[in-house]
Amino acid sequence: MEKFIKHEGIVAPLDRANVDTDQIIPKQFLKRIERTGFGEFAFFDWRYLEDGILNPDFILNDTKYKKASILVSGRNFGSGSSREHAPWALYEMGFKVIIAPSFADIFRNNCMQNGLLTIVLDDEIVDLIMANSTKSIYKLTIDLQKQTIKDSEKFSTTFEIDSFRKECLIEGLDDIDLSFRMEEEISNFESLRAPRW
Amino acid sequence: MGLTMFDKIWRDHLVFESSGKPALIYIDLHLVHEVTSPQAFEGLRLQNRKVRRPELTISTVDHNIPTDDTRNDEIKDVIARQQVETLRKNCKDFGVTLYDIDSNAQGIVHVIGPEQGYTQPGMTIVCGDSHTSTHGAFGSLAFGIGTSEVEHVLATQTLRQNKPKTMQIDFVGELPLGVTAKDMILSTIGKIGTAGGTGYVIEYTGNAIRSLSMEGRMTICNMSIEAGARAGMIAPDDTTFKWMKGRKFVPSGESYEDSIKKWREYQSDKDAIFDTKIEINCSELEPYVSWGTNPGQVSKITDSIPYPETFEDPVDQESANRAMDYMGLKPGTNIEDIKIDRAFIGSCTNARLEDLRSAAEIVKGKKISSTVRAQVMPGSTLTKILAEKEGLDSIFIDAGFEWRNSGCSMCLGMNPDILIPGERCASTSNRNFEGRQGKGGRTHLVSPTMAAAAAIAGNFVDVRNWK
Repeated sequence: MEKFIKHEGIVAPLDRANVDTDQIIPKQFLKRIERTGFGEFAFFDWRYLEDGILNPDFILNDTKYKKASILVSGRNFGSGSSREHAPWALYEMGFKVIIAPSFADIFRNNCMQNGLLTIVLDDEIVDLIMANSTKSIYKLTIDLQKQTIKDSEKFSTTFEIDSFRKECLIEGLDDIDLSFRMEEEISNFESLRAPRW
Repeated sequence: MGLTMFDKIWRDHLVFESSGKPALIYIDLHLVHEVTSPQAFEGLRLQNRKVRRPELTISTVDHNIPTDDTRNDEIKDVIARQQVETLRKNCKDFGVTLYDIDSNAQGIVHVIGPEQGYTQPGMTIVCGDSHTSTHGAFGSLAFGIGTSEVEHVLATQTLRQNKPKTMQIDFVGELPLGVTAKDMILSTIGKIGTAGGTGYVIEYTGNAIRSLSMEGRMTICNMSIEAGARAGMIAPDDTTFKWMKGRKFVPSGESYEDSIKKWREYQSDKDAIFDTKIEINCSELEPYVSWGTNPGQVSKITDSIPYPETFEDPVDQESANRAMDYMGLKPGTNIEDIKIDRAFIGSCTNARLEDLRSAAEIVKGKKISSTVRAQVMPGSTLTKILAEKEGLDSIFIDAGFEWRNSGCSMCLGMNPDILIPGERCASTSNRNFEGRQGKGGRTHLVSPTMAAAAAIAGNFVDVRNWK
């Protein structure tokens, strides 16, 4: 997993609540057996018209968001299925950070496993970021170590993150490697239980 | 202070815990399917790792297999075929049991787990699928995980988890005749919203829950994730043990009796404290129909499509406007006046034997509307065989339904079973998201009896008055 320490990028606004994983990556693209190749299909039904050309009405197709790496959206982002293809698709589309008032649990977990930082902020602050990024090109700097978000002017806020997840992101640590260090504990646990079936 | 059922299961699976970090919990049963596992097995290969406990890992093909009679041939969709073949290879290479297309035990992963007797009280169960919450109906802690976590469980048989909060949803009062488990859960999601359970494990309690069959309990736990909760659970009781008895992987004879003693311990103590408690009065419930694009947007059958401005929250107003636009519906329309083009009886929510029986009861001796295409996809191959033994297939076929094979099918439309743009479907599945059943498709979530009645009438009708 790539390390996440500090990130500066353009914010793209997706102003709707309950963006579900079926929207983030529709099911017809879940058949790949690789972890890659999902980016071009992210938000497929919204992003493309029937003939495959970009839908000019979909905000993320606006050229000013072409290089956006921070997505801001409404509450309950990532609801629905457990498909990790959703964070894979967003990451490949160029997003390193997602900001929303709330996230669905499994989606958030999946993001953290892939170095994609999810940040929960109050509705009012999300609205402010949404408004600023809708008006013009708007950049934010996110410092994970200090847990701060700043723009180039006066805006500055802090965010909460679980200390374990923070460490994993900063170090680029993989859960499996960490759990392999617990081999003795796992074996002890197993030996205490009767075998099933 | 007493413990909740969740607390007891958590305690019994704790491998390691240290403050400020997620706990490491042991996983008793890992269910695997073709869509969310290939990258996980590949991860093991790249690191030269094994599956730690292949005997606790069970696999089947369900998400993208066809449900028509071509399913035993080579799958036409090349990418889908590759995914199924990859699972076959992975199961063979890593020593994992696979219930393949030709097995009677094949079926939707959340149908076959309980059906074969793998799912048991007190267990921890995971699967790379959000509807793993289904298995909580047996008093187990069961939840969906992503592919990285699938790899983690394959490699270590454990998972890192922050301890969730607990919520009790207490169903008080008696469930009126003709109102089903599906209506109980749809009304609940309508009340608490699609994020109401985020961060929680829900325990469903109350007399109405106790009176439900295991199939009904599975329907309720299945849709916990639609309320945002990763897991839903119901304490096991005699209904549970009776349902389990004689199933292939359930202990038999003396060890069945011993197991029951152990299973009975998985109950919340009388003085257990939940972080949140919600009460639902069953006597006020009716059959429900979803009208929007998330499972919290529901109305009673006798009601109409709500006016968005009646929602207090501006976000809900905006969501309702957007949903009605997508669904091609206008506020104030009576639910009973909504005409359908398709009916789908299937999915891990409602494709078990009892679901099929209840729908067959409605359609028996009747014909589907000439403008409706209706399909039944039994939840597993075994379910299909048992249903056919009872003659349910003829009842459906005589009424004009297509009687298909098992799989996730039109619940998520990964296989060829999809809606075409603008088609409106009465569906017994769990999600009505935009495009879920096919781009531009319009999904209305209902119970099996409501879907069956709508298929006959051509529009939604109140099954309580069905003759």
